[in-house]
Amino acid sequence: MATQQIFSPLPGIFYRKPAPDKPVYKNDGDVVAESDTIGLIEVMKSFNEVKAGVTGKIIGFLVENEDAVMAGQPLAEIDV
Amino acid sequence: MAIKKLLIANRGEIAVRIIRAARDLGIATVQVYSKADRDSLAVRLADEAIDIGPPQASKSYLNQATILAAAQSTGADAIHPGYGFLAENAEFAAAVEAAGLVFVGPTAQSIRLMGDKVAAREAAASAGVPTVPGSQGRLESADAAFALVEKTGFPVMIKAAAGGGGRGIRIARSAEEFHHLMPQAQAEALAAFGDGGLYVEKLIEGARHIEVQVLGDGRDVIHCFERECSLQRRRQKVWEEAPSPSLTQAVREKLCTSAVALAKAVQYRGAGTLEYLYDDRTGEFYFLEMNTRIQVEHPVTEMVTGIDLVREMIRIAGGEPLRIRQDEVRVSGHSIEVRINAEDPARNFLPNPGTVSGLSVPGGDGVRFDSMLYQGYTVPPFYDSLLGKLIVHDKDRPSAITKLERALAELNVDGIFTTKPLHQALARDADVKAGRFHTAWLEPWLESHAAALATAPPPSAAKATT
Repeated sequence: MATQQIFSPLPGIFYRKPAPDKPVYKNDGDVVAESDTIGLIEVMKSFNEVKAGVTGKIIGFLVENEDAVMAGQPLAEIDV
Repeated sequence: MAIKKLLIANRGEIAVRIIRAARDLGIATVQVYSKADRDSLAVRLADEAIDIGPPQASKSYLNQATILAAAQSTGADAIHPGYGFLAENAEFAAAVEAAGLVFVGPTAQSIRLMGDKVAAREAAASAGVPTVPGSQGRLESADAAFALVEKTGFPVMIKAAAGGGGRGIRIARSAEEFHHLMPQAQAEALAAFGDGGLYVEKLIEGARHIEVQVLGDGRDVIHCFERECSLQRRRQKVWEEAPSPSLTQAVREKLCTSAVALAKAVQYRGAGTLEYLYDDRTGEFYFLEMNTRIQVEHPVTEMVTGIDLVREMIRIAGGEPLRIRQDEVRVSGHSIEVRINAEDPARNFLPNPGTVSGLSVPGGDGVRFDSMLYQGYTVPPFYDSLLGKLIVHDKDRPSAITKLERALAELNVDGIFTTKPLHQALARDADVKAGRFHTAWLEPWLESHAAALATAPPPSAAKATT
């Protein structure tokens, strides 16, 4: 098992849910496929999905819902 | 009470615009900023600046308690909300006044009234201002709906009362289509929203967006003529002008008079805009809504009338009566504004915050650039993409378009992609030159011109300044 990080592709606000009244996309411990969405980045009022990019198991999120993030900042750690 | 110190509860280009107007009036300024805006031009220009929290607007520019506390701790006696954020929040306007401060805008009651679609429509109807023909509220039966559309005529839109965002809308172009679509719409509304209630509204195809600028002091109201903002992408205005290229003098007179009647009926105070749909084939116009604030595109009105709208709204908020009589408001020449956004027209308007490595600003007579940019500024990703507005003024519309092309060629924002190539292409377009457009014109145009926009030259990379 190796640990990889999922990085933010863009600077902006990170959201773990598709909408405020919806459940989070993924929880710590969830198994994810490469094409799974793990969150959204809001850049200048436009919303962009963040894909897992790898198949594996989420160890944990490194940022909170609605945190401001930089491009290239790690968002989550994943066991692959 | 004349305002002595004004707090600007906004950011970006409009904060800069308000600071300039206040300074021209001899009023001191306090700029609030989020941590992402510490290095903004508004912060640099203001007399004082105060940190109001993290980058997220919900925790800074929308945080009413923090903004009120900032006003009190800096000794500001008034708050200008700009546009967006808290500008049309009646609760905030009331809280500002309750704190003994001046809100630069209308009363909380006016904001509430005009923010309620049904109430605003009723106010318009009782002031004799036409609205889009349709049902007053929800319709429960197909028969009631048909009786109504026989009066309004076709085409009509059938909308789910519980819907929104374009869901559940059907368009009927004849009685036959209407009878076919109505039961479908009812069934779908019931299935999708658990509510079969519908309403119908006449569809005004190919309509233009025309709006009237008003100024009121709570007793008297004047208009400063109209702007046309038909060039829109995803309901966002892209290019605005004054006067409208499509109004006859007789319609202009009727339209502006109707706007004053409605603003007077609600005892409007401050700067406001009444938005209309205009059908240039029939000469009919229909009131849509009133924006109870200064608008992004206010400079085109300033350029053709010579009235500084932001200064006037600050004076009115300070208790002065209107200083301009209606017969003193005259339109001279033509003005166009284009929005310079941090979006790449070659890649479907992808937003791209980043650092401005170089900046050349156009100049000359009748050229104005209202922006938040300076060389070395890093545009944060947290807010909307508007960087600035390029505004030109000349003796007539063809000259204004020529000047716009010249000014766009002089404008260089290095390091980030902007909407400049879009405006260059629009300024060369035959339909735009002839004023032949409507609110649904730009989006198909963008599709058919995607290839040309994709090959537009990118902004130059960082250049060494000598």
